[in-house]
Amino acid sequence: MQELRIHGRGGQGAVLASAILADALVEEGRHVMAIPAFGFERRGAPVVAFLRFDDRPIRRATNIYTPSLVVVIDPTVGRSVDVFAGTPAGTTVVQATGKKPEELALPSHLGRVAVCDAVHIALDVFRRPITNTIMLGAFAKATGLVSVESLVKALEHTDFRDAGLRQNIEAVQRGFDETVVRQLDGVAAA
Amino acid sequence: MSKVVVIDGNEAAAWGAALSRPDMVAVYPITPQSSLVEYLAKFIADGRMDADLMDVEGEHSVLSVLHGACLAGARTYSATSAQGLAYMFEPYFRTPGLRLPMVVSLVNRDSVSPTCVWGGQQDAMTVKEVGWIHMFCENQQEICDTIPIAYKVAEHPEVMLPVNVNHDGNYLSYGVAKVELPDQAVVDSFLGEKNVNWHACLDPERPMAVDPLTGGATGAGPATFVRYRKGLCSGMRAALDVIVEAHADWGRRTGRHWSPLIEKYRMEDAEVALVTIGSMSGAAKDAVDEARLDGRRLGLVKIKTFRPFPVVQVAQALSKVRAIGVVDRAVNFGWNCGPVFQEVLAALYHLPLRVPAMSFIGGLAGADITVEHFSQAIDRTLRLAAGELAVEPVWLNEND
Repeated sequence: MQELRIHGRGGQGAVLASAILADALVEEGRHVMAIPAFGFERRGAPVVAFLRFDDRPIRRATNIYTPSLVVVIDPTVGRSVDVFAGTPAGTTVVQATGKKPEELALPSHLGRVAVCDAVHIALDVFRRPITNTIMLGAFAKATGLVSVESLVKALEHTDFRDAGLRQNIEAVQRGFDETVVRQLDGVAAA
Repeated sequence: MSKVVVIDGNEAAAWGAALSRPDMVAVYPITPQSSLVEYLAKFIADGRMDADLMDVEGEHSVLSVLHGACLAGARTYSATSAQGLAYMFEPYFRTPGLRLPMVVSLVNRDSVSPTCVWGGQQDAMTVKEVGWIHMFCENQQEICDTIPIAYKVAEHPEVMLPVNVNHDGNYLSYGVAKVELPDQAVVDSFLGEKNVNWHACLDPERPMAVDPLTGGATGAGPATFVRYRKGLCSGMRAALDVIVEAHADWGRRTGRHWSPLIEKYRMEDAEVALVTIGSMSGAAKDAVDEARLDGRRLGLVKIKTFRPFPVVQVAQALSKVRAIGVVDRAVNFGWNCGPVFQEVLAALYHLPLRVPAMSFIGGLAGADITVEHFSQAIDRTLRLAAGELAVEPVWLNEND
Protein backbone atom coordinates (compact mmCIF):
# COMPACT_ATOMS: atom_id res chain seq x y z
CA MET A 1 0.00 0.00 0.00
CA GLN A 2 1.33 3.44 -0.97
CA GLU A 3 0.58 6.48 1.16
CA LEU A 4 0.69 10.03 -0.19
CA ARG A 5 0.24 13.39 1.49
CA ILE A 6 -0.49 16.54 -0.52
CA HIS A 7 0.26 19.94 0.99
CA GLY A 8 -1.21 23.15 -0.33
CA ARG A 9 -3.10 26.23 0.69
CA GLY A 10 -6.88 26.73 0.81
CA GLY A 11 -8.17 27.57 -2.66
CA GLN A 12 -5.34 25.91 -4.61
CA GLY A 13 -7.18 22.64 -5.09
CA ALA A 14 -5.08 20.18 -3.08
CA VAL A 15 -8.20 18.18 -2.19
CA LEU A 16 -9.42 18.18 -5.79
CA ALA A 17 -5.95 17.07 -6.89
CA SER A 18 -6.12 14.07 -4.56
CA ALA A 19 -9.53 13.13 -5.99
CA ILE A 20 -8.29 13.44 -9.59
CA LEU A 21 -5.21 11.36 -8.80
CA ALA A 22 -7.45 8.79 -7.09
CA ASP A 23 -9.58 8.56 -10.23
CA ALA A 24 -6.47 8.18 -12.42
CA LEU A 25 -5.15 5.39 -10.20
CA VAL A 26 -8.50 3.59 -10.45
CA GLU A 27 -8.14 3.88 -14.25
CA GLU A 28 -4.98 1.82 -13.79
CA GLY A 29 -6.76 -0.83 -11.73
CA ARG A 30 -5.79 0.35 -8.27
CA HIS A 31 -7.91 0.64 -5.18
CA VAL A 32 -7.90 4.07 -3.54
CA MET A 33 -8.94 5.91 -0.40
CA ALA A 34 -8.55 9.69 -0.56
CA ILE A 35 -9.35 11.66 2.57
CA PRO A 36 -9.01 15.41 2.97
CA ALA A 37 -7.68 16.50 6.33
CA PHE A 38 -10.02 19.09 7.72
CA GLY A 39 -9.51 22.14 9.79
CA PHE A 40 -10.81 25.65 9.73
CA GLU A 41 -10.62 25.84 5.94
CA ARG A 42 -10.13 29.28 4.52
CA ARG A 43 -8.39 30.66 1.48
CA GLY A 44 -4.63 30.71 1.93
CA ALA A 45 -4.47 28.55 5.07
CA PRO A 46 -2.33 25.39 4.93
CA VAL A 47 -4.36 22.41 3.70
CA VAL A 48 -3.51 18.70 3.64
CA ALA A 49 -5.04 15.85 1.66
CA PHE A 50 -4.27 12.15 2.03
CA LEU A 51 -4.37 9.37 -0.56
CA ARG A 52 -3.78 5.64 -0.16
CA PHE A 53 -3.61 3.28 -3.09
CA ASP A 54 -3.02 -0.41 -3.44
CA ASP A 55 -3.66 -3.38 -5.70
CA ARG A 56 -5.92 -4.78 -2.98
CA PRO A 57 -9.06 -3.21 -1.49
CA ILE A 58 -8.31 -0.63 1.21
CA ARG A 59 -10.40 -0.80 4.35
CA ARG A 60 -8.96 1.82 6.68
CA ALA A 61 -10.64 5.24 6.37
CA THR A 62 -8.06 7.09 8.43
CA ASN A 63 -5.60 9.92 8.01
CA ILE A 64 -2.00 9.24 6.94
CA TYR A 65 0.83 9.85 9.39
CA THR A 66 3.90 8.28 7.74
CA PRO A 67 3.64 9.01 4.00
CA SER A 68 6.49 7.85 1.79
CA LEU A 69 5.18 10.14 -0.95
CA VAL A 70 4.74 13.88 -0.43
CA VAL A 71 3.54 16.42 -2.99
CA VAL A 72 3.80 20.12 -2.08
CA ILE A 73 1.77 22.19 -4.52
CA ASP A 74 2.57 25.56 -2.93
CA PRO A 75 6.12 26.98 -2.84
CA THR A 76 5.73 28.66 0.55
CA VAL A 77 3.55 26.32 2.62
CA GLY A 78 6.70 24.57 3.87
CA ARG A 79 7.40 27.68 5.95
CA SER A 80 4.12 27.19 7.85
CA VAL A 81 4.02 23.41 8.27
CA ASP A 82 6.58 20.60 8.38
CA VAL A 83 5.94 18.93 5.03
CA PHE A 84 8.44 16.17 5.93
CA ALA A 85 6.67 15.21 9.19
CA GLY A 86 6.47 11.45 9.68
CA THR A 87 8.18 10.58 6.39
CA PRO A 88 10.26 7.40 6.50
CA ALA A 89 13.71 6.88 4.95
CA GLY A 90 13.61 6.88 1.17
CA THR A 91 10.59 9.18 0.90
CA THR A 92 9.92 10.90 -2.42
CA VAL A 93 9.07 14.62 -2.21
CA VAL A 94 7.64 16.49 -5.18
CA GLN A 95 7.94 20.24 -4.58
CA ALA A 96 6.49 23.21 -6.43
CA THR A 97 9.39 25.65 -6.53
CA GLY A 98 11.44 27.80 -8.85
CA LYS A 99 14.60 26.50 -7.19
CA LYS A 100 16.87 23.69 -8.27
CA PRO A 101 16.96 20.50 -6.15
CA GLU A 102 20.39 21.37 -4.69
CA GLU A 103 19.09 24.77 -3.55
CA LEU A 104 16.44 23.19 -1.27
CA ALA A 105 16.97 22.54 2.43
CA LEU A 106 16.02 18.87 2.63
CA PRO A 107 16.27 16.33 5.45
CA SER A 108 18.89 13.66 4.83
CA HIS A 109 16.51 10.69 4.89
CA LEU A 110 14.76 11.51 1.60
CA GLY A 111 15.26 9.09 -1.27
CA ARG A 112 14.20 11.33 -4.13
CA VAL A 113 13.22 14.92 -4.73
CA ALA A 114 11.51 16.38 -7.75
CA VAL A 115 11.03 20.08 -8.45
CA CYS A 116 8.61 21.81 -10.76
CA ASP A 117 8.26 25.55 -11.30
CA ALA A 118 4.51 25.13 -11.09
CA VAL A 119 3.62 28.75 -10.34
CA HIS A 120 5.45 29.85 -13.49
CA ILE A 121 3.62 27.22 -15.57
CA ALA A 122 0.29 28.10 -13.94
CA LEU A 123 0.66 31.78 -14.77
CA ASP A 124 1.39 30.72 -18.35
CA VAL A 125 -1.52 28.30 -18.67
CA PHE A 126 -4.21 29.71 -16.38
CA ARG A 127 -3.01 33.31 -15.78
CA ARG A 128 -3.52 32.41 -12.12
CA PRO A 129 -1.25 30.57 -9.63
CA ILE A 130 -3.37 27.37 -9.58
CA THR A 131 -0.79 24.59 -9.40
CA ASN A 132 -2.73 21.47 -8.44
CA THR A 133 -3.06 19.66 -11.78
CA ILE A 134 0.46 20.75 -12.81
CA MET A 135 1.79 19.00 -9.72
CA LEU A 136 -0.10 15.82 -10.66
CA GLY A 137 1.97 15.78 -13.85
CA ALA A 138 5.06 16.37 -11.71
CA PHE A 139 4.04 13.45 -9.46
CA ALA A 140 3.66 11.20 -12.51
CA LYS A 141 7.15 12.15 -13.72
CA ALA A 142 8.76 11.82 -10.28
CA THR A 143 7.27 8.45 -9.33
CA GLY A 144 6.08 6.65 -12.45
CA LEU A 145 3.12 5.51 -10.31
CA VAL A 146 0.52 6.97 -12.66
CA SER A 147 0.53 7.85 -16.36
CA VAL A 148 -0.32 11.18 -17.97
CA GLU A 149 -2.93 9.33 -20.04
CA SER A 150 -4.75 8.18 -16.90
CA LEU A 151 -4.56 11.68 -15.41
CA VAL A 152 -6.13 13.06 -18.59
CA LYS A 153 -8.91 10.47 -18.38
CA ALA A 154 -9.50 11.47 -14.76
CA LEU A 155 -9.66 15.15 -15.77
CA GLU A 156 -12.33 14.22 -18.31
CA HIS A 157 -14.40 12.78 -15.44
CA THR A 158 -14.39 16.11 -13.59
CA ASP A 159 -16.59 19.13 -14.19
CA PHE A 160 -13.81 20.73 -16.29
CA ARG A 161 -15.15 21.39 -19.78
CA ASP A 162 -13.90 22.89 -23.04
CA ALA A 163 -11.20 25.52 -22.44
CA GLY A 164 -10.92 24.60 -18.76
CA LEU A 165 -10.38 20.94 -19.60
CA ARG A 166 -7.85 21.75 -22.33
CA GLN A 167 -5.93 24.03 -19.97
CA ASN A 168 -5.76 21.38 -17.27
CA ILE A 169 -4.63 18.71 -19.74
CA GLU A 170 -1.88 21.10 -20.85
CA ALA A 171 -1.07 21.76 -17.18
CA VAL A 172 -0.62 18.05 -16.45
CA GLN A 173 1.55 17.56 -19.53
CA ARG A 174 3.73 20.59 -18.79
CA GLY A 175 4.06 19.53 -15.16
CA PHE A 176 5.29 16.15 -16.39
CA ASP A 177 7.65 17.61 -19.01
CA GLU A 178 9.17 20.35 -16.85
CA THR A 179 9.82 18.40 -13.65
CA VAL A 180 13.42 17.67 -12.66
CA VAL A 181 13.94 14.50 -10.63
CA ARG A 182 16.99 13.92 -8.45
CA GLN A 183 17.93 10.73 -6.57
CA LEU A 184 19.15 11.38 -3.03
CA ASP A 185 21.20 9.38 -0.56
CA GLY A 186 18.38 8.54 1.84
CA VAL A 187 17.99 4.80 2.25
CA ALA A 188 15.09 3.55 0.14
CA ALA A 189 12.25 2.15 2.15
CA ALA A 190 11.86 -1.59 1.80
CA MET B 1 -24.78 -1.40 -17.23
CA SER B 2 -23.24 -0.64 -13.90
CA LYS B 3 -20.56 2.02 -13.98
CA VAL B 4 -17.39 2.45 -11.93
CA VAL B 5 -16.85 5.95 -10.56
CA VAL B 6 -14.45 7.47 -8.05
CA ILE B 7 -16.54 9.59 -5.70
CA ASP B 8 -16.90 10.69 -2.10
CA GLY B 9 -19.49 9.37 0.31
CA ASN B 10 -21.85 12.30 -0.16
CA GLU B 11 -21.93 11.74 -3.91
CA ALA B 12 -22.38 8.01 -3.31
CA ALA B 13 -25.43 8.83 -1.17
CA ALA B 14 -26.78 11.20 -3.82
CA TRP B 15 -26.43 8.43 -6.41
CA GLY B 16 -28.11 5.92 -4.11
CA ALA B 17 -30.99 8.37 -3.72
CA ALA B 18 -31.19 9.26 -7.42
CA LEU B 19 -31.23 5.59 -8.44
CA SER B 20 -34.16 5.04 -6.05
CA ARG B 21 -36.19 7.60 -8.05
CA PRO B 22 -37.72 9.71 -5.25
CA ASP B 23 -40.56 11.97 -6.37
CA MET B 24 -39.59 14.75 -4.03
CA VAL B 25 -36.53 15.85 -2.11
CA ALA B 26 -36.50 18.79 0.28
CA VAL B 27 -33.17 20.16 1.40
CA TYR B 28 -31.39 22.58 3.64
CA PRO B 29 -27.60 22.56 3.60
CA ILE B 30 -25.45 21.87 6.67
CA THR B 31 -21.84 20.76 7.09
CA PRO B 32 -20.87 17.98 6.39
CA GLN B 33 -24.03 17.18 4.39
CA SER B 34 -24.02 20.22 2.07
CA SER B 35 -22.32 18.70 -0.96
CA LEU B 36 -24.80 15.79 -0.87
CA VAL B 37 -27.77 18.05 -1.52
CA GLU B 38 -25.72 20.05 -4.03
CA TYR B 39 -25.19 16.80 -5.96
CA LEU B 40 -28.94 16.16 -5.89
CA ALA B 41 -29.62 19.65 -7.24
CA LYS B 42 -27.00 19.09 -9.95
CA PHE B 43 -28.44 15.70 -10.93
CA ILE B 44 -31.88 17.28 -11.30
CA ALA B 45 -30.50 20.26 -13.25
CA ASP B 46 -28.60 17.87 -15.54
CA GLY B 47 -31.74 15.81 -16.14
CA ARG B 48 -30.22 12.72 -14.53
CA MET B 49 -32.82 12.72 -11.76
CA ASP B 50 -36.53 13.40 -12.10
CA ALA B 51 -37.65 14.76 -8.74
CA ASP B 52 -39.14 17.94 -7.36
CA LEU B 53 -36.51 19.62 -5.22
CA MET B 54 -37.76 22.04 -2.59
CA ASP B 55 -35.11 24.35 -1.24
CA VAL B 56 -36.75 25.39 2.02
CA GLU B 57 -35.81 27.75 4.84
CA GLY B 58 -34.80 25.21 7.46
CA GLU B 59 -34.84 21.57 8.49
CA HIS B 60 -38.19 21.78 10.28
CA SER B 61 -39.69 22.66 6.92
CA VAL B 62 -37.63 20.01 5.13
CA LEU B 63 -39.33 17.23 7.00
CA SER B 64 -42.75 18.92 7.15
CA VAL B 65 -42.76 19.31 3.36
CA LEU B 66 -41.80 15.67 2.96
CA HIS B 67 -44.57 14.61 5.37
CA GLY B 68 -47.09 16.19 3.01
CA ALA B 69 -45.48 14.64 -0.04
CA CYS B 70 -45.25 11.23 1.60
CA LEU B 71 -48.89 11.36 2.70
CA ALA B 72 -49.79 12.15 -0.91
CA GLY B 73 -48.06 8.95 -2.01
CA ALA B 74 -44.65 10.31 -3.03
CA ARG B 75 -41.30 8.63 -2.46
CA THR B 76 -39.22 11.16 -0.55
CA TYR B 77 -35.60 11.76 0.40
CA SER B 78 -33.50 14.23 2.34
CA ALA B 79 -30.27 14.40 4.31
CA THR B 80 -29.08 16.30 7.34
CA SER B 81 -26.52 16.41 10.15
CA ALA B 82 -26.32 17.27 13.86
CA GLN B 83 -27.81 20.76 14.42
CA GLY B 84 -29.95 20.33 11.30
CA LEU B 85 -31.37 17.16 12.82
CA ALA B 86 -31.93 19.05 16.07
CA TYR B 87 -33.94 21.68 14.22
CA MET B 88 -35.83 18.88 12.43
CA PHE B 89 -36.71 17.12 15.65
CA GLU B 90 -40.38 18.09 16.02
CA PRO B 91 -41.51 16.57 12.68
CA TYR B 92 -38.80 13.91 13.06
CA PHE B 93 -40.55 12.67 16.20
CA ARG B 94 -43.87 12.61 14.33
CA THR B 95 -42.64 10.63 11.30
CA PRO B 96 -42.58 7.05 12.62
CA GLY B 97 -45.95 7.45 14.39
CA LEU B 98 -47.42 8.50 11.04
CA ARG B 99 -45.74 5.38 9.58
CA LEU B 100 -44.22 7.41 6.76
CA PRO B 101 -41.73 5.30 4.77
CA MET B 102 -39.21 8.02 3.96
CA VAL B 103 -35.45 7.73 3.74
CA VAL B 104 -33.22 10.43 5.22
CA SER B 105 -29.44 10.20 5.22
CA LEU B 106 -27.71 11.33 8.39
CA VAL B 107 -24.21 12.51 7.58
CA ASN B 108 -23.06 11.96 11.12
CA ARG B 109 -21.58 14.92 12.90
CA ASP B 110 -20.84 15.63 16.52
CA SER B 111 -23.26 17.97 18.23
CA VAL B 112 -22.56 21.24 19.97
CA SER B 113 -21.62 22.57 22.49
CA PRO B 114 -18.62 23.13 22.31
CA THR B 115 -18.84 24.14 18.66
CA CYS B 116 -17.61 21.65 16.09
CA VAL B 117 -18.59 20.87 12.54
CA TRP B 118 -16.91 17.49 12.14
CA GLY B 119 -17.78 13.83 12.22
CA GLY B 120 -19.11 11.94 15.22
CA GLN B 121 -22.26 9.90 15.76
CA GLN B 122 -23.74 11.94 18.59
CA ASP B 123 -26.55 13.12 16.30
CA ALA B 124 -27.82 9.64 15.43
CA MET B 125 -27.23 8.24 18.90
CA THR B 126 -29.27 11.05 20.45
CA VAL B 127 -32.37 10.08 18.43
CA LYS B 128 -32.08 6.31 18.69
CA GLU B 129 -35.34 5.89 20.65
CA VAL B 130 -37.59 7.91 18.32
CA GLY B 131 -38.77 5.07 16.09
CA TRP B 132 -36.71 5.51 12.94
CA ILE B 133 -34.78 2.55 11.58
CA HIS B 134 -31.03 3.23 11.65
CA MET B 135 -28.45 1.62 9.40
CA PHE B 136 -24.76 2.56 9.48
CA CYS B 137 -22.47 2.30 6.46
CA GLU B 138 -18.79 1.37 6.48
CA ASN B 139 -17.69 2.73 3.09
CA GLN B 140 -18.79 4.66 0.02
CA GLN B 141 -20.07 1.59 -1.84
CA GLU B 142 -22.17 0.53 1.12
CA ILE B 143 -23.71 4.02 1.28
CA CYS B 144 -24.74 3.88 -2.38
CA ASP B 145 -26.17 0.37 -2.02
CA THR B 146 -27.90 0.88 1.33
CA ILE B 147 -30.16 3.73 0.24
CA PRO B 148 -32.17 1.64 -2.28
CA ILE B 149 -32.22 -1.17 0.31
CA ALA B 150 -33.58 1.35 2.85
CA TYR B 151 -36.50 2.21 0.57
CA LYS B 152 -37.30 -1.47 0.14
CA VAL B 153 -37.38 -1.86 3.93
CA ALA B 154 -39.24 1.39 4.68
CA GLU B 155 -42.00 0.72 2.14
CA HIS B 156 -42.56 -2.91 3.11
CA PRO B 157 -46.21 -3.23 4.28
CA GLU B 158 -45.13 -4.98 7.46
CA VAL B 159 -42.66 -2.19 8.29
CA MET B 160 -43.87 1.24 7.05
CA LEU B 161 -41.26 3.14 9.02
CA PRO B 162 -38.79 5.87 8.15
CA VAL B 163 -35.13 4.93 7.75
CA ASN B 164 -32.00 6.90 8.52
CA VAL B 165 -29.05 5.72 6.47
CA ASN B 166 -26.02 6.91 8.43
CA HIS B 167 -22.59 7.68 7.07
CA ASP B 168 -19.78 9.30 9.00
CA GLY B 169 -19.09 12.95 8.35
CA ASN B 170 -15.64 13.78 6.97
CA TYR B 171 -14.01 10.34 6.70
CA LEU B 172 -16.87 9.06 4.54
CA SER B 173 -18.69 12.21 3.45
CA TYR B 174 -15.55 13.69 1.88
CA GLY B 175 -13.49 10.50 1.55
CA VAL B 176 -13.10 9.37 -2.06
CA ALA B 177 -13.08 5.74 -3.18
CA LYS B 178 -14.10 3.53 -6.07
CA VAL B 179 -17.85 2.92 -6.27
CA GLU B 180 -19.74 0.71 -8.69
CA LEU B 181 -22.99 2.50 -9.48
CA PRO B 182 -25.70 -0.09 -9.96
CA ASP B 183 -27.58 -0.12 -13.21
CA GLN B 184 -30.85 1.83 -13.08
CA ALA B 185 -32.82 -1.16 -14.39
CA VAL B 186 -31.42 -3.32 -11.59
CA VAL B 187 -32.53 -0.82 -8.95
CA ASP B 188 -35.92 -0.42 -10.65
CA SER B 189 -36.61 -4.15 -10.62
CA PHE B 190 -35.27 -4.45 -7.05
CA LEU B 191 -37.63 -1.76 -5.77
CA GLY B 192 -40.54 -2.90 -7.93
CA GLU B 193 -43.61 -0.80 -8.53
CA LYS B 194 -43.73 2.19 -6.27
CA ASN B 195 -46.21 1.42 -3.55
CA VAL B 196 -45.73 4.15 -1.01
CA ASN B 197 -48.07 4.85 1.79
CA TRP B 198 -51.00 2.76 0.71
CA HIS B 199 -52.64 3.14 4.12
CA ALA B 200 -53.09 6.93 4.14
CA CYS B 201 -53.11 9.01 1.02
CA LEU B 202 -53.97 12.68 0.73
CA ASP B 203 -56.55 12.81 -2.01
CA PRO B 204 -58.99 15.73 -2.46
CA GLU B 205 -61.55 13.25 -3.79
CA ARG B 206 -61.33 11.16 -0.62
CA PRO B 207 -60.60 13.52 2.28
CA MET B 208 -59.48 11.77 5.44
CA ALA B 209 -57.87 12.70 8.73
CA VAL B 210 -54.49 11.43 9.84
CA ASP B 211 -52.69 11.82 13.14
CA PRO B 212 -55.83 11.63 15.34
CA LEU B 213 -56.02 13.09 18.83
CA THR B 214 -55.67 10.09 21.12
CA GLY B 215 -54.57 9.22 24.63
CA GLY B 216 -55.94 10.57 27.87
CA ALA B 217 -57.63 8.40 30.45
CA THR B 218 -61.12 7.96 29.08
CA GLY B 219 -63.03 6.57 26.14
CA ALA B 220 -61.12 5.02 23.23
CA GLY B 221 -58.13 7.35 23.77
CA PRO B 222 -55.75 5.22 25.82
CA ALA B 223 -56.36 2.01 23.88
CA THR B 224 -55.94 3.83 20.57
CA PHE B 225 -52.65 5.31 21.69
CA VAL B 226 -51.38 1.92 22.84
CA ARG B 227 -52.45 0.43 19.52
CA TYR B 228 -50.33 3.02 17.69
CA ARG B 229 -47.35 2.42 19.94
CA LYS B 230 -47.58 -1.37 19.67
CA GLY B 231 -47.97 -1.02 15.92
CA LEU B 232 -44.70 0.87 15.77
CA CYS B 233 -42.97 -1.83 17.85
CA SER B 234 -44.45 -4.46 15.56
CA GLY B 235 -43.07 -2.61 12.51
CA MET B 236 -39.64 -2.52 14.15
CA ARG B 237 -39.79 -6.25 14.92
CA ALA B 238 -40.86 -7.09 11.39
CA ALA B 239 -38.08 -4.92 10.00
CA LEU B 240 -35.39 -7.35 11.20
CA ASP B 241 -36.47 -10.05 8.74
CA VAL B 242 -37.28 -7.55 6.01
CA ILE B 243 -33.80 -6.00 6.30
CA VAL B 244 -32.22 -9.44 5.94
CA GLU B 245 -34.40 -10.28 2.92
CA ALA B 246 -33.76 -6.91 1.25
CA HIS B 247 -29.98 -7.24 1.62
CA ALA B 248 -30.09 -10.79 0.26
CA ASP B 249 -32.20 -9.68 -2.71
CA TRP B 250 -29.79 -6.81 -3.39
CA GLY B 251 -26.86 -9.22 -3.21
CA ARG B 252 -28.46 -11.57 -5.74
CA ARG B 253 -29.01 -8.71 -8.17
CA THR B 254 -25.71 -6.82 -7.79
CA GLY B 255 -23.27 -9.41 -6.48
CA ARG B 256 -22.61 -7.27 -3.42
CA HIS B 257 -23.66 -9.08 -0.26
CA TRP B 258 -23.61 -6.67 2.67
CA SER B 259 -24.22 -8.06 6.13
CA PRO B 260 -27.73 -6.83 6.92
CA LEU B 261 -27.85 -6.70 10.71
CA ILE B 262 -24.36 -7.44 11.97
CA GLU B 263 -21.17 -8.49 10.23
CA LYS B 264 -19.08 -11.17 11.93
CA TYR B 265 -15.41 -10.80 11.03
CA ARG B 266 -13.01 -13.64 12.01
CA MET B 267 -15.38 -14.63 14.84
CA GLU B 268 -15.26 -18.42 14.19
CA ASP B 269 -12.67 -19.15 16.88
CA ALA B 270 -12.39 -15.69 18.46
CA GLU B 271 -11.61 -15.48 22.17
CA VAL B 272 -11.89 -11.70 22.33
CA ALA B 273 -14.07 -9.44 20.18
CA LEU B 274 -14.30 -5.81 19.22
CA VAL B 275 -17.68 -4.31 18.38
CA THR B 276 -17.65 -1.41 15.91
CA ILE B 277 -20.08 0.73 13.94
CA GLY B 278 -19.68 2.82 10.78
CA SER B 279 -16.51 3.89 8.99
CA MET B 280 -14.20 2.99 11.89
CA SER B 281 -14.76 -0.70 11.09
CA GLY B 282 -12.19 -0.87 8.27
CA ALA B 283 -9.28 0.22 10.45
CA ALA B 284 -10.57 -2.08 13.20
CA LYS B 285 -10.50 -5.08 10.84
CA ASP B 286 -6.91 -4.22 9.90
CA ALA B 287 -6.05 -4.15 13.63
CA VAL B 288 -7.77 -7.52 14.14
CA ASP B 289 -5.67 -8.97 11.30
CA GLU B 290 -2.49 -7.64 12.94
CA ALA B 291 -3.48 -9.14 16.29
CA ARG B 292 -4.15 -12.47 14.53
CA LEU B 293 -0.63 -12.35 13.05
CA ASP B 294 0.62 -12.03 16.64
CA GLY B 295 -1.27 -15.21 17.50
CA ARG B 296 -4.16 -13.56 19.32
CA ARG B 297 -7.60 -14.91 18.56
CA LEU B 298 -9.40 -11.67 17.84
CA GLY B 299 -12.70 -11.18 16.08
CA LEU B 300 -14.99 -8.29 15.29
CA VAL B 301 -18.71 -7.68 15.17
CA LYS B 302 -19.83 -4.69 13.13
CA ILE B 303 -23.27 -3.24 13.78
CA LYS B 304 -24.95 -2.40 10.47
CA THR B 305 -28.52 -2.15 11.75
CA PHE B 306 -28.70 -0.29 15.04
CA ARG B 307 -32.48 0.20 15.08
CA PRO B 308 -34.16 -2.21 15.37
CA PHE B 309 -31.33 -3.50 17.54
CA PRO B 310 -30.47 -7.08 16.48
CA VAL B 311 -30.50 -8.40 20.06
CA VAL B 312 -30.45 -12.11 19.24
CA GLN B 313 -27.76 -11.82 16.55
CA VAL B 314 -25.49 -9.70 18.75
CA ALA B 315 -25.91 -11.95 21.79
CA GLN B 316 -25.27 -15.11 19.75
CA ALA B 317 -22.26 -13.65 17.96
CA LEU B 318 -20.64 -12.67 21.27
CA SER B 319 -21.75 -15.68 23.33
CA LYS B 320 -18.47 -17.60 23.13
CA VAL B 321 -15.85 -14.89 23.70
CA ARG B 322 -14.06 -14.17 26.96
CA ALA B 323 -14.13 -10.38 26.70
CA ILE B 324 -15.65 -7.66 24.51
CA GLY B 325 -14.46 -4.14 23.69
CA VAL B 326 -17.14 -1.88 22.21
CA VAL B 327 -15.88 1.17 20.33
CA ASP B 328 -18.23 4.14 20.10
CA ARG B 329 -18.06 7.43 18.21
CA ALA B 330 -20.49 9.12 20.63
CA VAL B 331 -21.13 9.49 24.33
CA ASN B 332 -24.08 8.32 26.39
CA PHE B 333 -24.23 11.06 29.02
CA GLY B 334 -25.61 9.74 32.28
CA TRP B 335 -24.19 6.29 31.79
CA ASN B 336 -20.99 8.15 30.79
CA CYS B 337 -19.92 5.48 28.33
CA GLY B 338 -20.54 4.68 24.69
CA PRO B 339 -24.17 4.25 23.56
CA VAL B 340 -23.44 1.15 21.46
CA PHE B 341 -21.71 -0.31 24.52
CA GLN B 342 -24.91 0.12 26.53
CA GLU B 343 -26.92 -1.59 23.79
CA VAL B 344 -24.49 -4.50 23.61
CA LEU B 345 -24.65 -4.91 27.40
CA ALA B 346 -28.44 -5.09 27.21
CA ALA B 347 -28.21 -7.79 24.53
CA LEU B 348 -25.63 -9.77 26.52
CA TYR B 349 -28.04 -9.97 29.47
CA HIS B 350 -29.93 -12.64 27.51
CA LEU B 351 -26.92 -14.98 27.72
CA PRO B 352 -26.73 -17.48 30.59
CA LEU B 353 -23.12 -16.52 31.36
CA ARG B 354 -21.74 -13.08 32.00
CA VAL B 355 -19.20 -11.91 29.40
CA PRO B 356 -16.99 -9.02 30.57
CA ALA B 357 -17.29 -5.98 28.30
CA MET B 358 -15.81 -2.49 28.27
CA SER B 359 -16.40 0.80 26.51
CA PHE B 360 -14.01 2.70 24.25
CA ILE B 361 -14.90 6.16 22.95
CA GLY B 362 -13.04 7.70 20.03
CA GLY B 363 -13.36 9.69 16.87
CA LEU B 364 -15.39 12.48 18.44
CA ALA B 365 -15.69 15.75 16.49
CA GLY B 366 -13.59 14.51 13.59
CA ALA B 367 -10.81 12.84 15.60
CA ASP B 368 -9.18 9.92 13.84
CA ILE B 369 -9.47 6.33 15.13
CA THR B 370 -6.36 4.74 13.68
CA VAL B 371 -5.25 1.12 13.47
CA GLU B 372 -2.93 1.93 16.40
CA HIS B 373 -5.89 3.12 18.49
CA PHE B 374 -7.64 -0.17 17.77
CA SER B 375 -4.49 -2.09 18.69
CA GLN B 376 -4.55 -0.29 22.06
CA ALA B 377 -8.23 -1.19 22.46
CA ILE B 378 -7.41 -4.81 21.65
CA ASP B 379 -4.59 -4.89 24.23
CA ARG B 380 -6.87 -3.45 26.88
CA THR B 381 -9.68 -5.88 26.03
CA LEU B 382 -7.22 -8.79 26.26
CA ARG B 383 -6.33 -7.56 29.77
CA LEU B 384 -10.06 -7.47 30.56
CA ALA B 385 -10.22 -11.12 29.47
CA ALA B 386 -7.34 -11.79 31.88
CA GLY B 387 -9.30 -10.25 34.74
CA GLU B 388 -8.33 -6.56 34.79
CA LEU B 389 -11.71 -4.91 35.33
CA ALA B 390 -12.80 -1.77 33.51
CA VAL B 391 -15.54 0.37 34.96
CA GLU B 392 -14.77 3.64 33.18
CA PRO B 393 -14.60 3.98 29.39
CA VAL B 394 -11.26 4.45 27.66
CA TRP B 395 -11.14 7.70 25.64
CA LEU B 396 -9.00 6.73 22.65
CA ASN B 397 -8.05 10.25 21.52
CA GLU B 398 -7.44 11.63 24.99
CA ASN B 399 -3.66 11.68 24.53
CA ASP B 400 -3.43 12.32 20.78
